Amino acid sequence: MEKEAYLDLYYQMVLIRRVEEVASQLYQQGKIGGFLHLYIGQEAVSTGLISARKPQDRVITAYRDHGVAINCGIPAKEVLAELLGKATGVSKGKGGSMHMADVSKNFWGGHAVVGAHLPIASGLALGDLYQGNDTVTICMFGDGASNIGYFHEALNLSKVWNLPVLWVCENNQYGMGTAVERASAVSEIRQKALGYDIPNSRVDGMDLIAVREAALDTIQKIRQGEGPYLVEAVTYRYRGHSMGDPERYRKAEEVKKWEENDPIGIYMRFLIAHKIAVESELDEIEARVETEVEEAVQFAESSPEPAPQALFEHVYVEG
Amino acid sequence: MARITMREAISQALWEEMETDPNVFILGEEVGVWGGTYAVTKGFYDHFGPERVRDTPISEAAIVGAAIGAALTGLRPVAELMTINFAFSAMDHIVNEAAKFHYMFGGQFVLPLVIRTVGGGGRQLGATHSQTPDAVFAHFPGLKVVAPGTPADAKGLLKSAIRSNDPILFIEHATLYQARDEVPEEEYTTPIGKAAVHRPGDDVTIVTYSKMLEISTKAADKLAQEGIQAEIIDLRSLRPLDMEPALNSFKKTNRAVIVEEGWRSYGVGSEVAARLYEEAFDYIDAPIRRVAQKEVPLPYNRTLEQMALPQVEDVIKAVKEVLHG
Repeated sequence: MEKEAYLDLYYQMVLIRRVEEVASQLYQQGKIGGFLHLYIGQEAVSTGLISARKPQDRVITAYRDHGVAINCGIPAKEVLAELLGKATGVSKGKGGSMHMADVSKNFWGGHAVVGAHLPIASGLALGDLYQGNDTVTICMFGDGASNIGYFHEALNLSKVWNLPVLWVCENNQYGMGTAVERASAVSEIRQKALGYDIPNSRVDGMDLIAVREAALDTIQKIRQGEGPYLVEAVTYRYRGHSMGDPERYRKAEEVKKWEENDPIGIYMRFLIAHKIAVESELDEIEARVETEVEEAVQFAESSPEPAPQALFEHVYVEG
Repeated sequence: MARITMREAISQALWEEMETDPNVFILGEEVGVWGGTYAVTKGFYDHFGPERVRDTPISEAAIVGAAIGAALTGLRPVAELMTINFAFSAMDHIVNEAAKFHYMFGGQFVLPLVIRTVGGGGRQLGATHSQTPDAVFAHFPGLKVVAPGTPADAKGLLKSAIRSNDPILFIEHATLYQARDEVPEEEYTTPIGKAAVHRPGDDVTIVTYSKMLEISTKAADKLAQEGIQAEIIDLRSLRPLDMEPALNSFKKTNRAVIVEEGWRSYGVGSEVAARLYEEAFDYIDAPIRRVAQKEVPLPYNRTLEQMALPQVEDVIKAVKEVLHG
């Protein structure tokens, strides 16, 4: 990777973090409705993963999707506008926090029913296989999704049909408030891939470089026709499941321990230790992000509400 | 015109669309090597090959989910669910995903998707394999629901469905596959969301669809012998629901009976009756009657099963009630 590319990944992680912090404030101000699931703490997973894709590769994820949207190239202002329900939002204000997508960026959502997007990911990969496309579908999901039937149906189908799909489990330790050990028969989610004869690995999801390398390697294998692969990225969400989570299921010390292992800090030390960047360059990026997010909030707040006729638009393509 | 069965008509529609458009493919349980549980896709596997006639595991959520994904890539999948009773295992993907995507992502997602499935009772398959839950699926905006009652409509509607860019649930009736009728030999399609006058008459309006079109027609034949001319409206599509032919007919006859195979409560008849009351209140000469399945899980025993299902006599009785009070 060129220096610029390394710095861009730093920029992306800092941008996600800042967008999420601002979203949290906007939520507390009552400007964002519904649920708000923040990606803070997990930035390295999506950033490392998506840095390894080619433009034709598809990305599909669950409801914790703001960071993934940004990594796919959706401008922060369109993410924030969607959170504010504005017409300029990435889903025109009709999707909200959990339903962001941009087909032009090959980002296929933003899916809010746990695990339901896994069979759809199989279908995206089937479509590419059918059409002979040189494309890999990257499907992200949480540890909680590995307990629902959709996960098992989708993994089985992907193996039976040798589909070009990379399954990425973001194991952030909790399905809502239930710890992995309390919900899953196996604590390493990757073990579930064994039952479907799908090759798998486990990676430190707080380490961008580790995630990126795992992704580059597995995406290449899948592209060569080796069939599906499952990567489990071990990570942690610092904030509650959604806003207003009393977090009775974990201790503050546990959160603190993980925060000391912050993905942005790890990557920053990596860049400096490998003399890819000096601190002042990273400070500049942070300043740039600060300005960009300020402008994005301004854009979102000043954007128009959807027009009343939007209510009945897009129920059907025809009639 | 050729006289062919419903099975042949559906099979022809699939075959012709697959021949015309390489993006059309079939996936489902036993659609390939077996030739289709109801033999609709017999011969397809050998002709079109395993890539286009894909046998799936018994995984309804994966079948519909994969069809949704493939449709998003621009293909035109025809997913087959062996029976509508198994559609409940894919309910989430039908109503929470397929029906929502175009709207929820601001018009970006387009799903040229057909889900073919088979409903209906009358074959002694017991409560879990005999349901007619069409109204359940018709409840959801974003999904289109089509249920043909004749071979000609089945062929024309299925061809329209495959060419449509919206997700469509195409409900066939298990006891209509052998029904034989005239089907045009030239190329044609039948519009989705358009009801039709199936049989003209001046005395009473019968609104129905699918298998109950057959029952209602038999009833109308008997009523005709008594000098009662029933006009039969075939809904053909449950969503979008085209009320125009039913309203026009009702404004002429001022009396209506709605016949459906599903349960009465919250059913197709409830919807149609409400629309007639709302939109043609001034034309009503008698309370509208609904003929529907008895409110029980369908029993196995043949006599009990037939007691629960709407019969020709039930339709005749309801018609006489609206005519004579």
